[in-house]
Amino acid sequence: MITGEELILACSAIGAGLACIAGIGPGIGQGIAAGHAAAAVGRNPGARSEITSTMLLGQAVAETTGLYGLAIAIILLFVKPLI
Amino acid sequence: MAVAAADNSFMIRGLFSYRLFGQTFWITTTHVALLLVVLLLTIFAWAAGRTLKRPSNVPGTFQNVVELAVEKLDQMVDGSMGVSGGKFRNYIGTIFLFILLCNICGIFGLRSPTADYGITLLLGLVTFFLIHFNGVRRHRISHFAGWFQPIWLLFPINVIGDLAVPLSLSLRLFGNVMSGTVMIGLWYGLMPWFAKLGIPAFLHAYFDLFSGAIQTYVFCMLTMVYIRDKME
Repeated sequence: MITGEELILACSAIGAGLACIAGIGPGIGQGIAAGHAAAAVGRNPGARSEITSTMLLGQAVAETTGLYGLAIAIILLFVKPLI
Repeated sequence: MAVAAADNSFMIRGLFSYRLFGQTFWITTTHVALLLVVLLLTIFAWAAGRTLKRPSNVPGTFQNVVELAVEKLDQMVDGSMGVSGGKFRNYIGTIFLFILLCNICGIFGLRSPTADYGITLLLGLVTFFLIHFNGVRRHRISHFAGWFQPIWLLFPINVIGDLAVPLSLSLRLFGNVMSGTVMIGLWYGLMPWFAKLGIPAFLHAYFDLFSGAIQTYVFCMLTMVYIRDKME
């Protein structure tokens, strides 16, 4: 017999897993940024340090949406707002 | 049952409680780690100040390290803030050392203070305050004209965009450190004993040292970029 609380917990776990699908977007975005940075270093090796810092900054901003998904997953799993 | 035992090993824990004005307050793992970080930074600042008050012409190891750190800090701030950077060296250097030490706490078995949303939200709010304080000081009342920039219809979107800055800054730092803490906690909690014998060293090196250093750099760079944006 499944109680209502157990059902909510199970659904929260499924929801947390679904929220982590948000990681797909930043993965693709960071990969594109790193690829273009590698191409830029290949074309102009002298500007390596500036390209690297620009790439890191852009990747950090792109990562934000994925971290929103992670924050929702953590809240669902550990704070349990629905119970 | 193993899952239940490991379930809260990476969350914030209260160590002991005390009552003040009818409220119950908790001293948590965050407070302990913060206290250690602040003590370490104070001792470092005192020693560095004492060394540089009487600098020797042939610098020793410690003086070399301090001079290198100051040089790199100047390079970073001047590179991204230009002429307006001079006054912000102190602030950027302070939060850089603070966040860096907080992030690498995990390697010493402490729980990182930056994996507590209260700390990162405070850092984000300080940045938010600095952005608008410097904007108003530079442009007076026309600082707020930026909210009506292309046309006045975009006012709500501009305000939401400004309010999202501290939120995204603090969530980025919190999310990165927290994900590392959770992953290392899960590894320690769920793996059989032979998997805890050397593999966690690589996890600590990646999540605490590498990711922590990158996130520190990113937080300081974004703070400088946002402040410069509003000052120009």
